[in-house]
Amino acid sequence: MGKLFEELSKDYRLKEGLKTCINCGTCTAICPAAEFYRYDPRKIIDTVQRKDDEEIEALLKSETIWYCGECMSCMTRCPRKNAVGMVIMALRNLSTKLGYFTCSEKGRQLYPLSHALNGNILKYGYCIHPETFRMEDHPEAGPVYEWHLQHKEDSYARAGGNYMQPGPGALRKIDQKDLDELKAIYDITGGTERMETIDRFSEAKAAEMGMSNEEYLKYTFEHCSAGHFNNEEEEL
Amino acid sequence: MIYQGKQKIWSDYQKEIPADHWFYARSCIRQNFFPASETHFLKIGRELLGKDICDNEHHTTCGGISYHSDTIPQETAMTIVARQFAIMTECGYKNIAPSCITSFGNYTEILETWREFPELEAKVREMLWKSCRKEFEIPEHVAHTSDIMYTWRNEIAEKAKFRLINKETGEPLRVVEHIGCHYSKMFPHKGVGGAEYPCVLSGMVNSWGGQVIDYPERRHCCGFGFRQYLVKANRGYSISNTHKKFESMEPYKPDMIITNCPGCPYFLDRWQYVIAEMEGRTYGENGFGIPVFTYEEVAGLVLGYDPWDLGLQLHQVAVEPLLDKIGIEYDPKAKYLGLNEKDIMKPGLPENLRCF
Repeated sequence: MGKLFEELSKDYRLKEGLKTCINCGTCTAICPAAEFYRYDPRKIIDTVQRKDDEEIEALLKSETIWYCGECMSCMTRCPRKNAVGMVIMALRNLSTKLGYFTCSEKGRQLYPLSHALNGNILKYGYCIHPETFRMEDHPEAGPVYEWHLQHKEDSYARAGGNYMQPGPGALRKIDQKDLDELKAIYDITGGTERMETIDRFSEAKAAEMGMSNEEYLKYTFEHCSAGHFNNEEEEL
Repeated sequence: MIYQGKQKIWSDYQKEIPADHWFYARSCIRQNFFPASETHFLKIGRELLGKDICDNEHHTTCGGISYHSDTIPQETAMTIVARQFAIMTECGYKNIAPSCITSFGNYTEILETWREFPELEAKVREMLWKSCRKEFEIPEHVAHTSDIMYTWRNEIAEKAKFRLINKETGEPLRVVEHIGCHYSKMFPHKGVGGAEYPCVLSGMVNSWGGQVIDYPERRHCCGFGFRQYLVKANRGYSISNTHKKFESMEPYKPDMIITNCPGCPYFLDRWQYVIAEMEGRTYGENGFGIPVFTYEEVAGLVLGYDPWDLGLQLHQVAVEPLLDKIGIEYDPKAKYLGLNEKDIMKPGLPENLRCF
């Protein structure tokens, strides 16, 4: 057993999610990601349970661990009560801690994800917020949502919301004391350190790719190379 | 199989859900896209049925979307949830009702992990104290708000002004029910009916007069996939999954879709718009889409609330064909008005998807 597997084994999601896989492939058959991406959860579990550090390091640097949508359909169907989605979360966690995530295009997406989600949580108290929702990033939101955002104070009021105002209600302004508590939780539990780790490795990768941090953020958010999907001939 | 044997098996799929005294936890996504659904859960519960539900201003996100997008460690997600429990405890409540399936799954996962690894719960208690000087009790019950609506379904049916019946034909409306993945795929015994026979939404549909239709991809994910939607480069995954569901359900000619997850109604609604604009393909009748609803919106419609008070103007797929089928009256001119009939203009129209 190598050091990487030993490190993975400390993750409670691995303890809960990996018992003994019998390699039946039910997880792959049920997986929404496997239908579209070049992704085979059965092989990932098989690699992890071989406990070979060289193979696990390759996995941590790969595209494949980032294809899962964490819907956990695999957890329902596994005849041995494994949870591949949980194992994926443990792999992603270690890949992030070690900075290996910048080795793959899908892994590099952690940079825009962390900025958007953690930024919203620490500023507004929720993961998604109209103040940072930009139509150019979300054309699928459609003309109705564009209209809604243009008139959000009125539109939320019509729907019974309490937009950016004190007191209870939908999209209320979260009290600064509550936001300070969230920040303290991030500081004490490793959330802040995780954000800094993502930034440090991402910004080094941006420099390596000859991009400013802003260019890298936009590029990783928008760019999809050919070769991720089953129906493509190209190889990554 | 003898009747008692069936009853025993079915009892494994049941869940104890108190009908009253809940601490309400709002959803990141629903506040943005379906704010009136949360408004009407409280309105129906408190004003119509006289239930005690606490809507406290100090709770926040559970961090679930960030956790499942792998941008925070497990300990951070657990401590944010522990803070939610602490606020529930401070307010004098013992039962927590998240308005979000991701939150419901997150709370359930955390409690199951603590049950198996008590040392982790002790560590989180210490981290919560260090960061917030807060302590908490473990909730006696965690129920998704759709679970609670399920317990109210017959009371709502008794007070209903409309039923899910086509007024022209007298036939029940054909309803697709879509259960959010994290409701019971992770911990089947925590959902009504488990993962195999979830009846939280079908129970409401049956009580309110509709007919639930089965189709091959009924339990397939809507395609949210967290990072697979949130990152623009990945949305092919998201729309492909929704497309697969619509291609599968279309031959069964559904009149409407009811959902219990925050993301699912958004994706099932908006990807219909995108598929129409990209491919010219629509799934409803006469160039319309299939209208997609939250369970609060459907409850509100059968109770006779104004469709625009229910926020149905924020859907991209037009809901009017369904309102007409049921016979619900509405004022088309009031659809896009603000509060107190303020004129706030109108949205543009899609090129292919028929809308009003």
